[in-house]
Amino acid sequence: MKRFPSFLLALAVFFALALPAQDLASFEKRITVKKLANGLTVIICQRPEAPVFSFYTLVDAGSAQDPERQTGLAHMFEHMAFKGTDKIGTTNYPEEKVALEKVEQAYAAYIAERDKRVGRDEKKVATLHQAWQEAIQAAEKFVVRSQWDEIVEQNGGVGMNASTSEDETTYYYSFPSNRLELWAYLESGRFLHPVMREFYKERDVVYEERRMRTDSNPIGRLVEQFLAAAFIAHPYHRPGLGWPSDLRTFSATDAMRFFHTYYVPANLYVAVAGDVTPEEALPVIKEYFGRLPARPVPDETLTTEPPQTAERQVVLREAAQPFYIEAYHRPDYRDPDDPVYDAISDIMSNGRVSRLYRSLVRDKQIAADAAGFSGWPGYKYPGLFAFYAVPTPGHSNEEVRDAIRAEVERLKTEDVSDEELQMFKTRAKADLIRGLGSNSGLAEQLAIFQARFGDWRELFRQLDRYDKVSKADIRRVANKTFRPENRTVGFIESTQMAGAAKEAQ
Amino acid sequence: VITLSSLSFRAGFSRRGIRFSALALVLALLSSPSLFAQATDVNQIKIPALHPFHPQEPHRIQLANGMVIFLQEDHELPLIGGTARIRGGSIAEPAAKTGMLDIYGEVWRTGGTTTRTGDQLDDYLEARAARVETGSGDDSTTISFNCLKQNLDDVFPIFLELLRQPAFREDKIELAQTQLYTGIARRNDSIGGIAGREALRLAYGKDNAYARIPEYATVAAVTRQDLLDWHQRYVQPNNIILGIWGDFDPAAMEARLRRVFDSWSRSAVPPEPKIQFRDPKPGLYFISKEDVNQSAIRMVTLGITRRDPDFFAVEVMNEVLGGSFTSRLMKSLRTEKGLAYAVGGGIGADFDHPGVFRVSMGTKSGSTVEAIQGLRDELGRMLTRPPTAEEVQRAKDSILNSFVFNFDSKVKVLAERMRYEFYGYPPDFLERYRAAIEKVTPQDVGRVARKYIHPEQFAVLVVGNASGFDKPLSTLGAVTNVDIAIPPPPGAAPGKPAN
Repeated sequence: MKRFPSFLLALAVFFALALPAQDLASFEKRITVKKLANGLTVIICQRPEAPVFSFYTLVDAGSAQDPERQTGLAHMFEHMAFKGTDKIGTTNYPEEKVALEKVEQAYAAYIAERDKRVGRDEKKVATLHQAWQEAIQAAEKFVVRSQWDEIVEQNGGVGMNASTSEDETTYYYSFPSNRLELWAYLESGRFLHPVMREFYKERDVVYEERRMRTDSNPIGRLVEQFLAAAFIAHPYHRPGLGWPSDLRTFSATDAMRFFHTYYVPANLYVAVAGDVTPEEALPVIKEYFGRLPARPVPDETLTTEPPQTAERQVVLREAAQPFYIEAYHRPDYRDPDDPVYDAISDIMSNGRVSRLYRSLVRDKQIAADAAGFSGWPGYKYPGLFAFYAVPTPGHSNEEVRDAIRAEVERLKTEDVSDEELQMFKTRAKADLIRGLGSNSGLAEQLAIFQARFGDWRELFRQLDRYDKVSKADIRRVANKTFRPENRTVGFIESTQMAGAAKEAQ
Repeated sequence: VITLSSLSFRAGFSRRGIRFSALALVLALLSSPSLFAQATDVNQIKIPALHPFHPQEPHRIQLANGMVIFLQEDHELPLIGGTARIRGGSIAEPAAKTGMLDIYGEVWRTGGTTTRTGDQLDDYLEARAARVETGSGDDSTTISFNCLKQNLDDVFPIFLELLRQPAFREDKIELAQTQLYTGIARRNDSIGGIAGREALRLAYGKDNAYARIPEYATVAAVTRQDLLDWHQRYVQPNNIILGIWGDFDPAAMEARLRRVFDSWSRSAVPPEPKIQFRDPKPGLYFISKEDVNQSAIRMVTLGITRRDPDFFAVEVMNEVLGGSFTSRLMKSLRTEKGLAYAVGGGIGADFDHPGVFRVSMGTKSGSTVEAIQGLRDELGRMLTRPPTAEEVQRAKDSILNSFVFNFDSKVKVLAERMRYEFYGYPPDFLERYRAAIEKVTPQDVGRVARKYIHPEQFAVLVVGNASGFDKPLSTLGAVTNVDIAIPPPPGAAPGKPAN
């Protein structure tokens, strides 16, 4: 859940209220946008504060694009994008390529026998498993382990990471500014010729990630069940980390198929911010990223979630402490009411003046934390507007639920105050200014805007919409959205006190 | 406000990894610039000299009353902010009132001033999108502000009023206590949280001031008078380092600060507590958590301070051992064996007390014993196969080439400088650090590895579900069970705090 909608709002209001026309023009002068012949979009933002730069590569495909039976594949590919290329990470690529093909053949044979419904031969499964493992070992002989990471780290790269959300996959780190060409070579290279070496080991690593975030974490468990209930048709109902059986099944061949389908240049947005000039950087970027072959733009339309007609509920009976969440379907980020949702989320949740804090945390003291947020688990397709609360000791999910509902009802029946609406606009303006002093933040936001609207200047065009958010809009949208039949409720019901010491085996 | 680390809604969001190390740095490799031509191999790429860069040092002022002020101009954005760091923190609170400084750090702000309640401050500041916040740490407390330049005259007086005349109103003390009770009640919900807390208690000892944790009874024991007394004793000009950054005229800012602070007279402050450190008792420690399929493993012993002459060689050694994506622990246990998503570690070094030498890993229940053996093997290998010249060079390159990120913003430079002032380090410590790292040799790294790594000396903590383990933990040695049951509040049923 990236904070796309709120930033969008913030930036728009900032330009409207804070900067005189002169400054606005000067900020625009710092930005260069170029679409390469193969369809890849480059955004350069000059910020020569220090001899460093940050980049953000946004691939406009995420877990929502995971094929059936291959949940978790977008995230898996993200991990694999650090495994090197035909040039990096190998002692002999031609031979390694052959060895990796053998791994895939052996794996396919093993899986075919393992998953036979009738007539499975256990001995054969074991033999094929063994053959697959041997093929892996044979391929590993050519691996120069972690060489891609090593080059980045040794050259002073910091903050190297990547993330996969339902909507998009992103890659980022920062370099000293004398490494621009090295960066362009590396970043284009991993999307020119990625190699699926050590795929099945990395799949185990990803499975550990799932154990950490989901299986072994009470709120992780609740969230997975909650989303599976809240969406019945759209892929947002599936976990981005993948279902266990898919994590034990999909192959390197599947990952490459995903790559060829979705990592097309027209789906790539590369933003660079820092001590760079378009005069110096663009030729380098064109040269390296221009190597990516143009490919057809994939169809990313998905089944539209049908209107919810019945309330749904998910209850986890667990040793963990109580926790409450409820969520309502809302349209995607292109909806004309998108800024109204941002206003509601801000007024309900932002800081000590927010309605949920004042009611549940400060006055009733029934929650340690309570907030509402939007665009969950994504914003590219219609998602959810959610409210949650963490009950204080001795207080129940029912109490926090009732208090949340009372505040939601107030939104539907009474106008918010002038002060609340104004605070929301003022805060957005200031938060944006605070966000501008960071190369990584700028690169991220510029890439996201460009990808979502096709033109980062859309920020300015959205301005009127933010200015026009009225008290009546908030009531109208609250009434339209916060209806019982449009709701999914989830909570953890505590069964016992956890953590008493037990005998080790 | 308490944040519960388990509250993550980023379902499907995932990061490739967790970076464990911190510092990193710059060696501008010089080579002749050439006309651009596409490289087909990474080694063909020319690295030109880094643009000359001289980070702007803040201006230091010391008032006659002892207060130290740093001014750091930064005109990039129309913002002004500042932080006062005041000596004295939770290590000086009475053990029977553990949690007192958490409450102090919260209620200092929420409890308002003698003329305005905290709620009134909230409304006033939010209308200007400004922030004034307070907090507490082990050895200090802080009060900070951040506002649009145009609001300085509205916001700075609030900062001053909170600094000099906080009210610590009772209703907000109760609210802060309730928040702490919530944290106590929930502290055993996630294995990561349990492991982090209990590993610290093993490393330092559970009664050590850096490791002790609040309980219902110790939180309930805190009174308003405690907070007022603390403020009276510690918030004195000679105990404060103030840093101001942003879009201001330094002469005008200095005059403004002198006007408000020059008349504040110095006063004796309490001495810093003397804290004893002892290595933990080696062995295996186990905490049972039945609703998980992954084990959290922590190996701990005492680390060093940054004053230690070994610090620089240790930094390089950490990078090789477990401080990066290409460290031995990462390569072996994650990349090669696929046993972990998060794995890493190194010798912790604090400014004024020993850090914790900590190795961390999460692995499926079914590979718990294998993982511990793997961690021990890698620690042992640091001695039997000490870091090679190539490994050491890579580690140094990584630290030196990323060095510029230590001062790529003016606020970062200010923060570093304030830290050195606070702990009595030389103001050019960062530059000395760079020079010292450059001098580290493979022999130095081998020497500190032998000096500090004793694989059998760690306290090894496992939090997990024993029924799924690959082998009983006891196959590795005697196991001590750690009781993490939460003591109920005095005179109340479990889970119901006394109010």
